[in-house]
Amino acid sequence: MAHKLIKPVMSAEEAVQNVKPGSSLMVGGFNYAGVPYTLIDALVVQGTKDLHLISNDTLYANDQHPEGIGHGKLVVNGQCRKVTASHVGLNRETQRLFNEGKMELELVPQGSFVERIRCGGFGLGGVLTPTGVGTIHEEGKQVIEVDGKKYILEIPLKADVALIRGHKADRWGNLTYFGTGRNFNPAMATAADLVIAEVDTIVAEGEIDANDVVTPGMLVDILVLKGDGYYASRT
Amino acid sequence: MLPALDEEVIRHRIAKRIALDFEDGAVVNLGIGIPTLVSDYLPEDVHVLLQTENGVVGAGPKPEKEDLRFIGAGGRCVSLLPGSSLVASDMSFGLIRGGHLDATVLGALEVDSSGNLANWMIPGKMVPGMGGAMDLVTGARAVYVATTHCDKKGRPKLVKECTLPLTGEKVVSVVVTEFCLMRKVDGKMTLCEIAPEVTEEELRANTTMEYDVSPDLCPMRGID
Repeated sequence: MAHKLIKPVMSAEEAVQNVKPGSSLMVGGFNYAGVPYTLIDALVVQGTKDLHLISNDTLYANDQHPEGIGHGKLVVNGQCRKVTASHVGLNRETQRLFNEGKMELELVPQGSFVERIRCGGFGLGGVLTPTGVGTIHEEGKQVIEVDGKKYILEIPLKADVALIRGHKADRWGNLTYFGTGRNFNPAMATAADLVIAEVDTIVAEGEIDANDVVTPGMLVDILVLKGDGYYASRT
Repeated sequence: MLPALDEEVIRHRIAKRIALDFEDGAVVNLGIGIPTLVSDYLPEDVHVLLQTENGVVGAGPKPEKEDLRFIGAGGRCVSLLPGSSLVASDMSFGLIRGGHLDATVLGALEVDSSGNLANWMIPGKMVPGMGGAMDLVTGARAVYVATTHCDKKGRPKLVKECTLPLTGEKVVSVVVTEFCLMRKVDGKMTLCEIAPEVTEEELRANTTMEYDVSPDLCPMRGID
């Protein structure tokens, strides 16, 4: 009997219809691992523009892959108005569009990036970190002294939609992760209004031991089974 | 002018010297480039836990077969050693920022007299982003800089005062180049070891950083 704890399983095409023009969009992954490739490919086909992409990196776009890899494609395809990331050096289009004034780019130290997302999802007004004190990252931010030590106030990051990548899901949306695919995914699952999880397999509720669950299903809204794309099938 | 050494000799000399500093049981994060080579030179009786900021604690060498589900911080595939663990990014940076790492090894564009480090951007050029570097230099208990003594145009990289945007303020503990090892002692950069190819005068003539000379100055260790 279907009930609300049972999460809908959709095609990637159907799921990404929830991403609207102007949406802020978190995408999980560090380099190749933990990236929701199938969802991204569907979003590229859908062509939704004016997105604020919040992801650690923008993967690759180079001579071998001019079309981009993973969410790097969203940048190449001109779908992003703004990118918030910690490292974009491997995607030449991110740099070009920023340098030509065609896209906003906000760089955040990686540890501060994940803490900002965690604040967004955990109901915190911000976090004090020593990272970046005395550098240009400090500019325009509040510096607060605690016990004689300086900290930068990093403020929460939230998103309309998070596209995350898990390993195994049960029908309640409980998620496990695999390899280095965990990275930013569990934090992003807490920080968006709508969380869409692409996974390797979907099993019945009860088939994942509660001890192994990393992201509780209550945080996940929609499940999508990964497709057979080149990187989706290799990660 | 400092003598020109072979590029491979330089890279391996620096990596080997840094490896000698690590004690058994240390937890270390290695950056890309020369720092990655450090793991090749750890003495057999020194077991070091390599941490990668994307979530591996206990990373091993590049595996024979590529598996994109196990990526290292530099985007290369890694293997997992027995006893390793996998964590999410918030835990990974908690380990880094929380002072749980004994050391981090990174490259440099400039290091200066105060131990300031600049290694993430050159204004006017493409900006790749700081990635995890600012967190690493802030949180690791010791910050090792692995760098050539001069840049490709022969200009010193150990400078009086950094002119490029900083990665971290007063964070550097040790600098190792092909010609010397400098250690921060009582807040002052201090020349502790010098390579056989150069004299103290030659080194000083090619280093604009202000530094003391250790009373225990000795030949650079690890050179065969």
